[in-house]
Order: sequence, then structure tokens, then C-alpha cells
Amino acid sequence: MIEAQLPVLQIIIPLMAAPVCVFLRNATATWALATIVSWITLAISIVLLRQVIAGGEIAYEIGGWAAPWGIEYRIDLLGAWVLVIVSSIGAVVMPYAKVSAEKEIDKDRLYIFYAMLLLCETGLLGMTVTGDAFNLFVFLEISSLSTYVLISMSRDRRALTAAYRYLIMGTIGATFYIIGVGLMYMATGSLNIADLATIIPDVAHTRTIQAALAFLTVGLATKLALFPLHFWLPNAYAFAPSVVTVFLAATATKVAVYAFIRIIFTVFGTVNVLTDVAIHDVLAALAIVAMFAGSAVAIYQTNIKRMLAFSSLAQIGYMILGLSLNSDAGVSAGIVHMFNHAMMKGALFMAMGCVVYKIGSAQLSDMAGLGKKMPITMAAFVLAGLSLIGVPLTVGFVSKWALIQAVLERDGWWPIAGLIVISSLMAVVYIWRVVEVVYFKEPANGAMEKDEAPMSMLVPMYALVGASIYFGIDGTVALDISTEAAKALAGGHQ
Amino acid sequence: MIADQLIPWAIALPLLGAIGLWLARDHANVRETITLVTAVTLFVIVASFFDDVSSGARPAWTYGDMLPGLSIAFEIEPLGMIFAGVASFLWIVTTLYAIGYMRGHHEPNQTRFYICFAVAISSAVGIAFAGNMLTLFVFYEVLTISTFPLVAHSGTEAAKRAGRIYLGILISTSIGLQLVAIIWTYSLTGTLDFEPGGILSNDIQPVIIAVLLALYVFGIGKAAVMPFHRWLPAAMVAPTPVSALLHAVAVVKAGVFTVLKVVVYIFGIDLLRDVGAGTWIAYMAAMTILLASLVAMTKDNLKARLAYSTISQLSYIVLGAMMASGLGIIGGAMHIVMHAFGKITLFFCAGAIMVASHKTEISQMRGLGRKMPITFICFLIGSLSIIGLPPFGGVWSKWYLALAAAETEQVIFIAVLMISSLLNVAYLIPIVVRGFYNDPTAETHDHDQHAGEGDHAHPSQHLAGDASGPHQLKLAGLAEAPPLCLAALAFTAMGCFALFFYADTLYQFVSPIVQGGPQ
Repeated sequence: MIEAQLPVLQIIIPLMAAPVCVFLRNATATWALATIVSWITLAISIVLLRQVIAGGEIAYEIGGWAAPWGIEYRIDLLGAWVLVIVSSIGAVVMPYAKVSAEKEIDKDRLYIFYAMLLLCETGLLGMTVTGDAFNLFVFLEISSLSTYVLISMSRDRRALTAAYRYLIMGTIGATFYIIGVGLMYMATGSLNIADLATIIPDVAHTRTIQAALAFLTVGLATKLALFPLHFWLPNAYAFAPSVVTVFLAATATKVAVYAFIRIIFTVFGTVNVLTDVAIHDVLAALAIVAMFAGSAVAIYQTNIKRMLAFSSLAQIGYMILGLSLNSDAGVSAGIVHMFNHAMMKGALFMAMGCVVYKIGSAQLSDMAGLGKKMPITMAAFVLAGLSLIGVPLTVGFVSKWALIQAVLERDGWWPIAGLIVISSLMAVVYIWRVVEVVYFKEPANGAMEKDEAPMSMLVPMYALVGASIYFGIDGTVALDISTEAAKALAGGHQ
Repeated sequence: MIADQLIPWAIALPLLGAIGLWLARDHANVRETITLVTAVTLFVIVASFFDDVSSGARPAWTYGDMLPGLSIAFEIEPLGMIFAGVASFLWIVTTLYAIGYMRGHHEPNQTRFYICFAVAISSAVGIAFAGNMLTLFVFYEVLTISTFPLVAHSGTEAAKRAGRIYLGILISTSIGLQLVAIIWTYSLTGTLDFEPGGILSNDIQPVIIAVLLALYVFGIGKAAVMPFHRWLPAAMVAPTPVSALLHAVAVVKAGVFTVLKVVVYIFGIDLLRDVGAGTWIAYMAAMTILLASLVAMTKDNLKARLAYSTISQLSYIVLGAMMASGLGIIGGAMHIVMHAFGKITLFFCAGAIMVASHKTEISQMRGLGRKMPITFICFLIGSLSIIGLPPFGGVWSKWYLALAAAETEQVIFIAVLMISSLLNVAYLIPIVVRGFYNDPTAETHDHDQHAGEGDHAHPSQHLAGDASGPHQLKLAGLAEAPPLCLAALAFTAMGCFALFFYADTLYQFVSPIVQGGPQ
């Protein structure tokens, strides 16, 4: 009985927990509530994934109102997979947050922090679960607004500016999105994604729909930080509280990519929009620029969190490149990288959170000799860094393999494979910079004894590191699901 | 088959040993015992496969899928058997040598050293026994990463720089070139399994075959074909046991072994012969042989000279592979064994000289042979094997390589091999001659007073009355290397001699894979 209600429970439980946090006020109590809720959410998403694998797409009508007038939740394999990604990151971040948030956020605001974190998770989960284009906007804004608050909660003054910039750019992006939805509604009379997919082919040639597609693409590109609409991301990741960065880096852009996939491959699926409107060349070009520009700028950063943020831009480039290939293999490569990147980047930012917790700074020059002081944390950084480079036995290798293989399947795209490889090698440079300072430089103020981060931070971090190695040794699980999800996307690709 | 089940143990055993080493990190003697026991057991396991493989069986074991349709799989065939046998056997000898060297030189971080050694040997065995190119690539990368702490062992600025060059070149070539080749092969053929006769078919355009071959050969950076050779001399900053085992045996042989494996089992000798894709790479290899020998002649630092000699000798094997003839493969496989024994002897001697007399430059070694006669005689034996003179093993591998050149009517390569032998004489024999016949140079210090000189490259915690092992064997007016070092280098030198008589065994062992031997 309750299984039938799971799609809506996935949203309601974290949503309702947020105001309860505000009432509770006490920092520890809210943390405990948030942790329990995040674990329940994870359990629900796993059950949903298994339901979808066993029984196919799930459709759930909110309040019993039938689609296309009522709001409908639709979970196919891709959606269920993204749900699991987001909720597992949430479940891992909550235990980590207790100690890290206490250090970086004012104690009397912690209850707001957890409330916002829960709301953010709700928003992201809602974007994934919904089958209604307008409802997607609602959840998009829920997650965005809570994100702006979360970023600004850092004690670092620069966080306020970063949050403000993200607020402006994010609102513009969301507004573009809703304009696009509005234009589609005018032309088709429907807001339901599945319904739109059937109506769009008839009106695809009209100016209205082409404009709608443009607005939707630009709006979502802002949200997923595709070059050149990425300017909000580096500072937002660098100056936000470490926990927030971990959560955002591992989830927010992934869900935006998911929304992008929904629009391109489901709503416009039968129109084959990528080739007809030739977006795929534009997307591929922007993705490649993102790959190189992101990696290149990362090499010169002195703030390691900012370096990892620029690295994320490059990784998003890989995902979009996979999508732009417009083939089963390409979309599958993009999807699997969503999963793998969440683990890698989550682990890397968690390591940086441990560093900030212990030495109060994320500057590379302050991290000299940290290999002796915090060996376990730095070992996690190295392992996750190897994954970023794409060394075998890590998830990064699985992603690279899938992506290069998808590119080589395309006639004449083999130079792109070379570009992918070159940008991977750039990752070697910026990871190596950190390794050299951490392990080979003497600390400025004499020898450091071992002073590791607390267990509540190490365990979640190693959960992510362990996952990135486990799924690197057995890459078939993620790749099988991603390939199935890519195939299940309605039409739109060969 | 029991042999199948033993394969995962061969790979896991050094890793288990590494755990044991970490547990015994504060008890040096226990730790050394664990290393030796692990090494001997590993060799026993590896040797147990020999009979099966020589009778034509191919023990195999699969771990599971890593990517859809691609598994981590192992299959033992003659080339892999040879490589694993050489690596595991010489691990035992090197461990004995390392104990003598590390203690005599008072090296720090010895536990880290032995642990990384164990992991490196495990990955070498993984490479040797790999049943498909994906498995080989996985262990190839693990080998690069596990040997990095060994290269940068001493932590000095030079060591850090060397580590940067080492990692930079090896990872760039493997991810930049080799991985692309592997994925491309997979998308062309749908498989990465090693099959006798190759998996690439004649239907593929010759241009693609040629590009693929180039991607593989230059992507296998461990084979040190120019211009991707700089990591080898850079890695000489590592302690000598590292140079000996890894950069004369495990790492470099992994490189050329992979080249041989790719040529025989991915491309197939017939395909290469038909397409002629290997010819220009053969010329690059020939150039590497000559250029590296010439550079070796200019080096005064003994290990640097030996490093460039190694680069030159590795290209013998690459040349053998690129000539696309069965004899070339056999010659190359033989050279893996002969060169391993010869070069490890030379490196052992270099390390012995450094520990006993703190000398690293050849110009300082005049007359040293009179104080260290055993070392220098073994150096002579190793040199003669490398040069390719009977009665030492090196003559046979050169012989078969020259025969391959004759068979494929590429006489120029015979000339290259002969000139290279002459160059080998020019840069190896003078060391021995000067050691015995010249008078000792006017030394700035008597080598008995060794406190405080910065003569040796390693800033060790050096005490005049060393407590943990002698750094010289003083006997009858000699000042030889420590006993364990001496035993090791004498043993491998005798091995060079013994191998002279086992060439036929090797020939018979390898020839089945080249379809009945030479035409």
C-alpha cells in the first residue's frame, strides 16, 4: 500500500522535515532529524529504483487528478537513477555535516542551515521526480533559493557576493526556463512532459516552439554551468561552507543535466532536435571549450576549492559532450559520468572540508606537509584525484572509457577523442600540484604531528572513496543502468 | 585445473606480503624474512605453471566484468611465463641485495620501500598473466603508480624532479596514446582478448593499422622508445635495488613485454608483415639503439651510463617485434631473459661500488678493481653478456635478432646490431679495464674515512661506526661490497653464464606461439 505512495513520499518527507527543523531550533536535534530524514529518503529512492527496474516506468498522479491537467510524477530508469544519486549524496553528507557545519557556520543559525539543506534536497528530488514542466520550475526554484541561502551562510564575506551573483544568474536562468515553458504552453496547451512529447512534433516547425527551445536550453545551461554561462560556479563553490560545496558539487549540476536531458530527449524526443536544429554541434563545441578552459584555469588556482570548482566545469563538459553525440552510447556515457562524478567530486570536496576544518584554510600554500599531519584525509584526496585523472580501477576510468568509446563510434569524430584525453592529462597536472605540496614540501611552522579530522567526517568521505573504487572495479552496474536508461528515453537518438 | 586456481594467488600473494610487511614495520629482521618468504613462495607458484604452459596448456582465470563485455581475465602463455618467471626469480635475488644495500647505506623509509616493491611485483605478474588488453592496462597503470614512491624515495629535490618526469611521461603516454589505441581496437573488433594470430583483421585499412601500431608502441612508454625515453635516466636517482629490479627488469621489461604481446596477440605477425606497418617504427627503434649507445658513451655517472644502455637494449626487443618475423619475436623474448640477467648484474655492481667506496662517477673508479675484484669481474661478465659474446647468454638473443633481420631481408638492421655491439664494448669495457689496469686516481680521501663526504648522492644518516650492517667486506686487503650484495651479483653473473646453455630451452618454449617457428 505504502509502495504506491512512494513517489510522493520521496518529496513530502524532506519537505515537511524542513519547517520542523525551524521549529526545533536546537542544532543537534535538527542535525539528527536531517540525518534520519536523509536516510529514509535514500531508502525510498532505492526501493523506487528497484520498482522501476522490475516493473518499468512509474506514473503517479498527485491528489488523484489525472494528467495532463493534474500534476503527474513520472519516474523512468533515468529518473530513478538520479534519485538514488541525489539521495545517497544527501545521506552521506548529513553525518559529515555535523562537525563541519559547526565549524564554519554560526551556531545559532545551524537550524536554518539544516532546514535549507533539506529544502535543497527536496527541490532536487522534485525536479527529478516530476513529469510536469511547470512543476519542474517550482522545484528548480525551491532548490535554487535554498542554495542561495546556504552559500551565503558561510562566515567568509566573499560568500555573500558569490551567493548574490548566483542569485542573479540563477534567477535569470530560471526565468528563461519558465519563459520557454510558457511559450510551449501557448503553442500546445499542455504542461505535462509526456503529453508535450506527443503534441510537439505537430508544432515543432513554428517560431514559438523554436524560441521555446532556445529559452529552455539557455536557461538550463545556466543552471548546469555550461560554458559560457558558468561564471557563478567557481566562487559559489569556493566560498560556500564546505558541506554545502560537497552537496552542490555532487548533485545540483547533475540534476540540471537531468532536466536538460528531459527537455531534449523526452519533450523534444521525437523531433530529433539535436540534429534538426544542429544544436549538437554547438553543444559539443561548448563542451570541449569547457573541458579545456576548466582544466586550464584549474591548474593556476591557489585556492584548492576553487580549483576543484573549475575542474567540475570540465567534468560537466564531458557530460554534455556525451549528450551531444546523440547516440545511445553517448547519452549513456553522459549519464554514467553523472554518477561517477558525484562520487569523485563529493569525495574530493569532503577531503577539502576536512582540511578546512583542521587548518582553517583552503589555500595550497597553507597545505604544505599535510601528508604527515592528515595522512588519511590526503590519501582519500589522492585516491579521488586518481579517479579524476581516469586511472583504471576507479570510476573515472569507466567514464572516460565510455565517453571515448562513444566518440570513436562516430565517424570522423576521432580528434575529439584526442581532445578528451589531453584534457584528462591536464587533470594530472592540477592534482599533481596538490600532491607535491602536500607530500613533498616541508610545513612552514616546523614538524606537524598527526592531527586527523574526526571520524564523523572520515567515514562518509571514505564511503564515497570506497564507492568510487568499488564501482571502478565493477563498472558494469552503473554502465548497464545508464545504457538501459539511455535506450528508454523516448526516441530522439539513434 | 589446479593451475587455474593458483593464478589469483600469484597476484595476491605479494599484496598479502605487503600487509605483513606493514605489520612488521618496526621489526626489521621479521620484515626482511617476510619479504624473502613471499618472494620465494611467489617464484614457486609461478614456476609451477611452467610445465603446463610448455606442454601447450594455457591456464586461465577470470575475475569478473569490469566494463560490460570486458572482464579482468588472466591467461598464461609462453611470453607471459617468461616475464613472470624472470621477474619473480630476480625478486628473490634483489631482495637479498636490497637487504645488504639498504642496511649498508642506512636508507630511511625501508618499510615503504619493501611494500612498494611487493605491490610493483604483483602488478608485474598481473601484466605477465593478463588475458586481455584491458587487464594488462589496469596492471600497467598500477605498476606506474606503485613504482613512483620508489623513484622519489629519497625525497630530495632531484628525486622530486625525477618523480615528476617519471610520472609525467609514463601517465601521459599511457592515457594519451595507449588508452586511445585500446579503445579504438575495442571499437574496431569488439574484443580485447589476446588471441594467437591477432584480433585485428585484414579488412581494416592499412593506414589505421599503422596508426594503431604507432599509438601502441609509443603509448607503451615503459619500453622507452625515443622520444619517450627520458624517464629512464631520470629514474636513476632511485636507490640501486630499485634501479636494478625495476628499471632493469620489472618496469622496462613490462614495457617491451607489452609490445611483444600486442604484436603477437593483437595484431598478429602475419598482419604486420602484410601491411608493413612496423617498418618505420623499426627504424625509430634502430635509431634509439644507436643514439642511446652514443649518449651512454658520454656519461660519466655509472648509473646514467647503464640507464642509456638499457634504453638501447630495450629497443633491440622493440626492433625484434617490429620486424614482423617469428625469429624476431623469439629473439626479443630471449633478450628479455638475457638482458635482465646481464643488466641486473651491472646495476648490482654499480650499487656495490657506491656502498663500498662511495663512488658514482666512472672517472673515479680507476684501480678500484684491485680493491673490489669480485665486483669488477662480475661487471665484466655482465658486460660481455650485454655486448653479446659467448659463452654468455646475450649472444643468443642477438643471434636470433640478426637472423630475423636476415630473414626479412632488412640487412641494415644486422648492421645496426653489429654497430651497437661495438658501441657497447666502447662504453662498458673501459670501466673494467680502468678498474684493473690503471693506478688508483689521487684520491682526495682514503675511502676508509668516510664520514662527512658528500661523495655519494644520498644524504644518509651516516655514522663512522655503522651499527646496522657493514658497508664493506674487508678481507685480505680488499674492500669489497657487503656480503649479501656480493652474493647477489655473483649469482646473477653466473646466471648470465648458465643461460648460454639454456637458449634452446627458451627457443623451444617460445616458438609455438609464432606458429611453428621460422619459415
